[in-house]
Amino acid sequence: MEVSRLRLLFLTAAAAAVLPGCAWIDRDRGGTPERVLAAEQLPEGSATVDRPVIEPQVERREIRRPRIDTEDFELGVYAGILSIEDFESNAVYGARLAYHLTEDFFLEAALGRSQAGRTSYEKLSGSAQLLSGSERDYTYYALSAGWNALPGEVFVGRNRAYNTAFYLVAGIGSTRFAGDDRFTVSGGFGYRVLPSDRIAVHIDVRDHVYDIDLLGKKKIVNNLEAHLGLSFFF
Amino acid sequence: MSRLFWLAGLLACFAIPAAQADDFRNVVIADPFIELHSGPGRGYPVFHVIERGREVVLIKRRTDWFQVRTDRGLEGWVPRAQMLATLEPDGQPLALQEPSRENYLKRRWQAGVMAGDFAGASLISAFGGYAFSDNLSIDVALSHIQGEFSNGYAATIGLMHVFVPEWRLSPYFTLGTGIIHVKPKSTLVRAVDRDDQIGYVGGGLQFYLTRRFMLRTEYRSNVIFTSRDDNEEVDEWKYLGFAFFF
Repeated sequence: MEVSRLRLLFLTAAAAAVLPGCAWIDRDRGGTPERVLAAEQLPEGSATVDRPVIEPQVERREIRRPRIDTEDFELGVYAGILSIEDFESNAVYGARLAYHLTEDFFLEAALGRSQAGRTSYEKLSGSAQLLSGSERDYTYYALSAGWNALPGEVFVGRNRAYNTAFYLVAGIGSTRFAGDDRFTVSGGFGYRVLPSDRIAVHIDVRDHVYDIDLLGKKKIVNNLEAHLGLSFFF
Repeated sequence: MSRLFWLAGLLACFAIPAAQADDFRNVVIADPFIELHSGPGRGYPVFHVIERGREVVLIKRRTDWFQVRTDRGLEGWVPRAQMLATLEPDGQPLALQEPSRENYLKRRWQAGVMAGDFAGASLISAFGGYAFSDNLSIDVALSHIQGEFSNGYAATIGLMHVFVPEWRLSPYFTLGTGIIHVKPKSTLVRAVDRDDQIGYVGGGLQFYLTRRFMLRTEYRSNVIFTSRDDNEEVDEWKYLGFAFFF
């Protein structure tokens, strides 16, 4: 044990000493020769050349950096129904943050919460409880990538058109349920309508898949979720 | 996790759009003409054309599309390729700052997410870094490890040395230390939580994708300094990571 720790310490110290040194050497090599060359090539009467014949009377223009409002982020909330396998369907609500990389692709982080109901076994037996109160809390996060597969427009009446997109989403994350965290793969699709340029209304369907051995034997569960969301671009 | 949830909820409440400052920018069209699309995407129909010399107001940008307003009050979306040639009212070309290869070489901060395998368990890792020279940076990572018998969290800090930063695909070396918290699953009997120190040495590949985005893949050989007689050696593979720099 001591040997490993010492070895690691030694490696850290060695790397800290050697690596910045390499970068420094490289920097020197690039800089010096040019300066020497410049000094050699200067003509003798250079002092007179520097002074311009006519002094230009130009006012320096004020340079403003363009401040264009970029709206690539999307933040919102959602509410819907989550069916937890063996544990009834319940209300789910959550928050999501999306970043639009291009017009076709986006990244999404979602955080949702629900509460599990009772299994059929618990209901039939009357008093048996599989999970305590706090173990029935269902919380998940998902990091996903999305593809705007079918962008388009919807027409409401004669004079209104709203931009829309049907998108596919897939990702990974974690679900905390029955006292444990479980690696979760999620995927689904959604439909987004933009009533104005910065507001989006979403209808989403997701499937959250993970392994659980709560009822004695390990099995894969599919928890389906459908929700309605509202988000703002900023 | 629940605290995190409330924090996110609170953030969502505050994100309701604040009133935008009305210092919109006027630009002059320099292309022979530009086409206004009804939405920020290549498929949206063109409903209006503005010819060279006319002035438009830049309202906002979404990905590679700009929303402009004409002097007649029409609003539409123009692709970046057509906006590149537009001019400021004083005749200067409009400086659209585009993150590019040059910015990649000068990057200081980066952040991203990686996914992989930690001794057979699934691993999700968020990382951030600060580069204090072209080659060398500090790398901080928070990992969520989810296995069949136990779950865990790890927080590490280390040095990362990119061998040839100017290459599009460059190998790097990394070395650091941190802490790991392991929590056996609640279905196991007589298991206790553990906090241990962890040290790692590893390497990986960094690939500049486009704009401000990078891909990363990494291997780490971890040593967990347990309170038992033996240290544990754990292989950690981060198959794929996505990062952006700024």
